[in-house]
Parts: sequence; structure tokens; C-alpha cells
Amino acid sequence: MSHTMLFAGIDEPGLNTLDVYRRRGGYESLRTALTQMTPDEVLDEIIASNIRGRGGAGFPSGKKISFVPKAQVDKYLVCNADESEPGTFKDRELMQKNPHLLIEGIVIGAYASGASRSFIYIRGEYAEQADVIQAALDEAQAAGFLGEDILGSGFGLSLVLHRGAGAYICGEETGLLDSLEGKRGNPRLKPPFPAVQGLYQGPTVMNNVETLMAMPHIIRMGGEQYAKIGTESSTGTKVVSVSGNVRRPGNYEIELGIPSRELIYDLAGGPPEGREVKLWFPGGSSAPVLTGDDLDVPYDFDSLSKAGSMLGSGAIIVVDDSVPVVDVALKLAKFYEHESCGKCTPCREGTRWTVKMLERVDAGLATPMDLDIMASVQEQIIGNCLCVLGDAMAMPIGSMVLKFRDEFEAHIEAARARNPWAGEEPPDPDPVLVQGSVDA
Amino acid sequence: MISRRKRRELGSTAAIERQYADLVPAPPERDVPRFGHGSRVPGWDDAVDIEKDPAEVPDPASTPVPAPLRAEIEAHMAKYPDFHSATIPALAAAQRHHGWCSPEAIWQTACVMRLTPGYLISLATFYDMFENRPVGRHSIYVCTNISCSLCGADELYHRLCTETAGDPNFNVRHFECLGACDIAPMASVDGVYVGPIGLDEVPELVAQIRDGQPPLPDKQLRLRQSTDPGAARAVAGAADPLSPTTGHGAPMGGEVTGPPAAIEHPPLEEEDDDE
Repeated sequence: MSHTMLFAGIDEPGLNTLDVYRRRGGYESLRTALTQMTPDEVLDEIIASNIRGRGGAGFPSGKKISFVPKAQVDKYLVCNADESEPGTFKDRELMQKNPHLLIEGIVIGAYASGASRSFIYIRGEYAEQADVIQAALDEAQAAGFLGEDILGSGFGLSLVLHRGAGAYICGEETGLLDSLEGKRGNPRLKPPFPAVQGLYQGPTVMNNVETLMAMPHIIRMGGEQYAKIGTESSTGTKVVSVSGNVRRPGNYEIELGIPSRELIYDLAGGPPEGREVKLWFPGGSSAPVLTGDDLDVPYDFDSLSKAGSMLGSGAIIVVDDSVPVVDVALKLAKFYEHESCGKCTPCREGTRWTVKMLERVDAGLATPMDLDIMASVQEQIIGNCLCVLGDAMAMPIGSMVLKFRDEFEAHIEAARARNPWAGEEPPDPDPVLVQGSVDA
Repeated sequence: MISRRKRRELGSTAAIERQYADLVPAPPERDVPRFGHGSRVPGWDDAVDIEKDPAEVPDPASTPVPAPLRAEIEAHMAKYPDFHSATIPALAAAQRHHGWCSPEAIWQTACVMRLTPGYLISLATFYDMFENRPVGRHSIYVCTNISCSLCGADELYHRLCTETAGDPNFNVRHFECLGACDIAPMASVDGVYVGPIGLDEVPELVAQIRDGQPPLPDKQLRLRQSTDPGAARAVAGAADPLSPTTGHGAPMGGEVTGPPAAIEHPPLEEEDDDE
């Protein structure tokens, strides 16, 4: 069942301007929070709402803010708008159409955490969206919703829009921080977590766009009321991006806990005529795949993790039965190979190995034993790196090999039958290539 | 069954691709431009002389920087508590000014920011949107990630490559997920998201870019309305659309409004409180 909160009236013309936004009651939650509540009261509401981060990890946002030390140091709030998880496009639509809600959420979040400076890190490819946000920022600044002494409360906040330059790894929170500090976006060792030591070595609260956009609604409704939406451990609404082989791809705001089938079939229209769902990623391309048998799993954090996958960034990619699973795996592996930052060996080498092995599967040069090797490579990656980029490849690929092993083996056989010189001596290999120095 | 020795001989991906060129669709042939010293990366011959120290922070007296570029970089540096944070916006500004991250662009940015060129080159080679070789003015990023390729993005990319082949004004790249899987297959034309692009629309799109017209004006992302049935309903229903308009049990069922373009907004004046 769809449940509209963030998407309420989102197509209203001019919603990205301050006038329309305020006419619809915008910035009233901010006024309530700043003039009638203390930061601790705001934080209590966020904790009571039990909202979990919408970026991928699903960590309770209130708890995250409460980790920030109370000491008098420069604290920062960073909005993670580097939405690069394949299949995810919810933040793009939200930011483009309702930028002021994001700004309002950032100010409320900063007030609760005591941050005095905030940043929006938006991915470089979102040029149009960055322009929309910058215009909204200027408007909010001129109207006194940002800057010194907001609404006469004595609380001040600066907000800078920072555009990235195209790197998936910068969506990882510590990679983002390094990038925001002007370095290559390499993840950092954790702990210390950003809430303790993050941007410029100061305590930093990092939240996804959608999480911050829920803040004004939490203040308006009250945390307890918000917690009544959804399930007990997955509260609130979630904007889910449905894409791939469906008839109506797009963003759908739902109450967490509805059956996944309803989301894929009723809202997104299901796969094209005559096709069936073969596999689907419930939470972006990093989530282990589920099959058509799992369509009745409720769409919330706990049910999906019980089913062996995760909600992640809330992006469903549907693959129908006309697509070979090897193609999907190879596409994924190539993406992660390209985006691996190269800092940790298991990820840097593991992604490359996986691509090579999948190419051999596709070319008919593999044997079923290679599938076992590939699965073991995935096991070696998971948990052995600073960040989860390697895991993000290993989990879906591992689950595909596990669940579609028959198809992988059939693919190997079929490709080998097509092999033009099966059983013959191969032509003399290029001596340079044999040394393996070319494709490094 | 292929012997271990044969497999070792075939071990490299490049070798496999060569042997199976007819089975694995190869990307269209594109010349890899190389610089005089044979490298694909400009300026790397400067450091191969081991007698030579790495480039230092450029001397302002001998590094002229165009005034608009200097002003833009300094404005970026002023925004952050630590000026290092401005490196990515500064490099982006330099790239806009010079067309690519040329040695002059790097040296001028380094001069204004008082950083070594090596530091900036390390960034320019890390981030995908920085160009390390001269490219065409019009960048077309085609998303070929999983959602888009399920909808035929690879064919679109190949068609765009062949359509623009030989034209130095184009920079066609396949890119990581661009975050627009709802309009798959799509492309970002100089930052403007367009999609879904049919293969038959490619010549029209390329012609529009050549003529400096907006690309496929009726297929641009910013015009697209939300597909969520609740989004339209909320506008129709409430004076305070911030409040949720569909309760826990509100009937929403299988009745979904058709294509997004069909959603019509009532005039704003008619918003009355019937919640």
C-alpha cells in the first residue's frame, strides 16, 4: 500500500521555490523545533521515531546523532547526496522537486546534533539537481532559514553544496569525507566512526537525503506518531526505486512492511507481458539477489535480512526470465571492478578476478570447478576490507552462483559448444600476453 | 575439457577477447590518443627523469592564470573551513575553462591553491568526470549499468558511438549508474538527463546536439512527473499537503494511474480541505 508523506504533492509546479513551499506549510517544523524545543527534545523525538538510515546500512538515525560528543568543538553535518548505488534514484527525484524540505531537514538535524556547519555532498553527474539545490539554498539564506541566528533562536548554521566528480566509492561515508576534504575518495579505518571523528577530524553526523527529509515530518507528527507507521522495527515510509524489467519503473513511496509482490506487481506493473520475475535485487545492486519464490517477503529491514538479503538503499531491480544470469553477474562485477578504489587488496584484486572468471564462463573457457573458485573468492572478500564495496559485489555474485548454479553450468556447456576450436590446439599465444602483463 | 596448460596460455582477458572477437561483441574501435612520449596521460614524461625532483608548487610569477578562473577557484576556497576541500570544484572549474584537465589547467589550479601539481593529478585521475586527455565539447554519458542495460542501453551506446564516430566535438562515454533508471535507457547530454531514448531517435538527438539545440526536449527528465499514484492524489486532496493523505488502510489497490504524463494537476486555487 502506498503511503504518501515525502511524495505528497511533489509534482506541484514551483514546489522548488520558497514561496510555494512555505504556502504549503514549509519551514513550520523548523520554527517549532528552533523556537519551542531544545536540541535534546528534538533528538528525543528523532529517537522516539525509531527511523533507520535510508542510505543503505539502516542504522537508527537517532542513535547516530546521540553518539556525537557533547563537548564544545566544531561539529559538522554532512548530507550524503552521492546517490550512486545502481538502481537507486529516489534522492534525485526528491532533491530535484522538493529541495527546501531537504534544507529544512538539514537545519533540524544540525540543531539536534549541535553542528554549526553543514555540507551537501551531491554527485557530480547531478548537474541539474545541483542547480536546483543551489537556487533553493540562496533563497533560504536570504529568507533567514540559514546563516546566523536562524528565526531568532540564536542557532546558526552554514550550508555548502559540494559537487563530487564521479566516484561510486564517495557514497561510502568515510570515502565521502576524504573526498570532501579534497582527497581521493578512499575509505578510512573505522573506528573512530565519523560521529566521533569525521570531517576535519571533528564529530560529524552523516545522513542520507531521504532520512533528513523525514526530519520535518517527525517534528510535525511527533516521533511516537511517526513510529506507528510501518512495522515495529522498520518505522515510517520509504521511497523505493523500482527499475529494470518492469512496466512502470519509478519511485514509489510505501509504508515499510508491505509485501514485495504488491510493490513489484501492483505499483510498478510487474515484468512485461508473458515474462516472469527471475531474480530481483531488493536493495540496490549490492544486495544478495532473491528469486521469484521470495516475492511474498514483507518489504522491511528485518524481513529482508531474514530472507538472506537486505533493504539497502531501497532500490528494487527486477530481472525477468529472458535475461541470462551470467550477463547480469558480469555487468555487476565490471561495475564494481571499475569503482573499486584500490585501497584494500581483497576488493581490488577480488573484483578483477571475478570479472576475469565471469568472462571465461561467458566465453566457454570455464569448468564447473571455476564456479567454486569464484564462490570462494567472494568469501575471501566479505568482511576483509575497510569498506563494503567489495562485499557489495561479493554478496550478489555469491548469491547468484548459489541460486542459479544450474544455469551457470548450462551456460558454460553451451558456450563451450560454441567454442570454435574446442579440443584443438589453440593458436600460438602472444608471448607478451602469456606473461599476463597486458591487461593489468 | 581444456587442459590446464591451454587455460594458462589463454589466461589473460585480452587474449580471450581476441580469440572470441566474433562471440563477444567488441566495443567500437576507438583510437587511443597518445602523447609524444607514448603515454596516454599527459605530462607524465616530466617525472621519469630520476635526476629531477617532483614538480613543486608553481611560481605565481611564471604561471599566468586567467582572471575568471582565478576568481572562481578563490571563491570555492573561501567556502570551506579548509581550502583543500575546494580541490574538486577548482579542478572542475579548470576543466570547464580548458576543456580538459590539461597540464596548464593543473598547473594553474595548483598555482592558485598553492598545491603541488602531483596532488591535483592524483585527483584528476581518480574521479571519472575529469578528463585526462583532450575530448570533444559535448559530453554524452550513457548509463550502461544493470537497470539501463536490461532496457537496451548497450545498443544505445554503440549506436551513439557509431553515429558520432569521427566527429571531434563529441565525447561519448559509458558511465556508472547515473541514477535515472526510471527513464532507462538514458543519457546525460552535457548534464541534461534525457530518456528513454529509442534507437531510432539517436540521429535526431545527435543532430540536435550538433546544432546546439536542447536534446530531445520532450524527453528530458525534469519534465517527468512522479509515477507514484499518491503524489498526484495528495495535491488534489489537501490544503496542507505535508500531512499524509492516505492512511493505513486507504484504498489504493491495483488502480494505478497510467503513464506519468497523464497526471493532471488541478488549479492551485481549487485546493480545499476535504480531508
